[in-house]
Amino acid sequence: MSYTGLRSLLPKNDLLSFGVLALLLVVILPLSLDIFRLNLIGKYLTYAFVALGLVLCWGYGGILSLGQGVFFGLGGYAMAMFLKLEASSPENTAIQSTPGIPDFMDWNQLTELPWFWEPFHSLGFTIIAIVLVPSVFAYIIGVAMFKRRVGGVYFAIITQAVAAILTILIIGQQGYTGGVNGITDLRTLNGWDIRTDGAKYFFYFLCVFLLFVCLLIAQFVRKSKLGRLLVAMREMEDRVRFSGYDVSNFKIFVFCLGSAFAAIGGAMFTLQVGFMSPTFVGIVPSIEMVIFCAVGGRLSIIGAVYGTLVVNWAKTSFSESFPELWLFAMGALFIAVVMAFPNGLAGLYKKYGEPLLLRVIDKVKAGRGGLGGDLNSKGVVHERQ
Amino acid sequence: MSASNTDFVLAVEGLTVSFDGFKAVNDLSFYVDKNEIRVIVGPNGAGKTTVLDLICGRTKATEGSIRFRNRELTKMKEHQIVRAGVGRKFQTPSIYGDLTVFENLEISFPRGRSVFGALAFKRDEEVMTRVSEIADMIFLSELLGTRADLLSHGQKQWLEIGMLLIQDPELLMLDEPVAGMSVSERRQTAELLRRITKDRSVIVIEHDMQFVAEIADKVTVLHQGKILAEGSAEEVKKNPKVIEVYLGH
Repeated sequence: MSYTGLRSLLPKNDLLSFGVLALLLVVILPLSLDIFRLNLIGKYLTYAFVALGLVLCWGYGGILSLGQGVFFGLGGYAMAMFLKLEASSPENTAIQSTPGIPDFMDWNQLTELPWFWEPFHSLGFTIIAIVLVPSVFAYIIGVAMFKRRVGGVYFAIITQAVAAILTILIIGQQGYTGGVNGITDLRTLNGWDIRTDGAKYFFYFLCVFLLFVCLLIAQFVRKSKLGRLLVAMREMEDRVRFSGYDVSNFKIFVFCLGSAFAAIGGAMFTLQVGFMSPTFVGIVPSIEMVIFCAVGGRLSIIGAVYGTLVVNWAKTSFSESFPELWLFAMGALFIAVVMAFPNGLAGLYKKYGEPLLLRVIDKVKAGRGGLGGDLNSKGVVHERQ
Repeated sequence: MSASNTDFVLAVEGLTVSFDGFKAVNDLSFYVDKNEIRVIVGPNGAGKTTVLDLICGRTKATEGSIRFRNRELTKMKEHQIVRAGVGRKFQTPSIYGDLTVFENLEISFPRGRSVFGALAFKRDEEVMTRVSEIADMIFLSELLGTRADLLSHGQKQWLEIGMLLIQDPELLMLDEPVAGMSVSERRQTAELLRRITKDRSVIVIEHDMQFVAEIADKVTVLHQGKILAEGSAEEVKKNPKVIEVYLGH
């Protein structure tokens, strides 16, 4: 990509926030935290994928999905199925009445591997399925809803129902899914032990890398005309429709994209935490993800990452000392965000942090004898926040 | 019914729409010529806005046909009708308040209307020229970088007209374009309308009879979903049926 292309994708202020986040995740946190804490951060970051998708769907497109856990779960389960099959080699499961199938299937009197488990022997298929299965599922929901012009609260309720249905399905079909326990006791990835510290470091950095890939995709979308169309649709859907656009296609696209992000997050969750269960699919986690997004600022893709980190860090440290109070604190936090700072952390940063930071940088540049000119003067196009 | 091909830009024949038995538009037929400015007047509830809704596909007709350049519109989706060349302005200004005037016009520029087209859309020379051309026309060239939210009511109306103009529609439909405007804004709008109606057909809904007389080629008076009278502004004003409906109202 040419320099000017890169400039328009990442103008000065965005470049700065991408850079600061990269510094934090790649250098500062790995150097200052032990592997147990870093692994926790890695786990939080997997939720950031979901929050990022919500920024595009909800913040930009005005499509509030209360069922993103579904896609997080589908991605996570796809990964877990592969790992579980690898952990269930005939040698490892010799004591079962049917060796070679996952242990929970044996406990549920299954005697052969269900057909839909078969392809998950292949890592290549699994990686494709992680992104494709949730996207296709989102596409089906999207077509069914948006082509019929179901939107707003009704859409939110339906996604919530889907989350509930999938949870019930997973719990009910214990023999095929591992039921309420989920898929546990995952050990190796292509023969490489995922429980060692080395693997945890590797997956942390892989997770950060993939998060940045998704962040750049999201940045590209919001900087494109599609990003402006999403804002336009959120405000005045009829005007967009009567300007010659098939509005539903844009909604379907952004919903699928958000789901694909969530699914990648889910897969990284399974790799770093070592199991997947229906607890991460249902209504409560789906709503928590919306809160992460709201706290970060629903119009800021970088904010979504910070929002997720801050809320989860608070959750962990708070619930270590006052486990029973956490849910109240979370509710209070959400109310506070809505009432006091509707644009979340990103809004606060935009208002107080960024001007200060840019001034400091300009000063440093001037001190070095640089020109320090405003590279960001765009004339007619202003940043919205 | 099978409508025959005509030379008219728009041929509406036997158009009926009923909401739970109430016929908002009842067996309506009218024809709009090339480059004609047609004004539709009528008391509240006469079905004026419904007619525009029917033409642009927002409401589905119960019966009848709407043919635009001999293409049947009643079976088409809204965005297809727009792409065929029909533009419609709503009664209340419908613009994107969070976007700048420039971005409002840019989004309306007829290119990159598919998902991937929009992703690949580039702000090139052609777009810039066209946007500034239109901005000049609608008196907003100084305000291209302003958020549309911050415009005055009249400026918002102009912006929406500009968003239609950039698509260069063959048939332009305006629902009360001067409602709520100040006297000077009204004068500017009349001038704007005269300029933009060259080379295209226009349907305007308007109440202000003075304004109607100023712009109309032909006036259609609607009453209870039917045509009460049709003709020049002068003829219509003298028509005893029209006088009765308006005075009785």
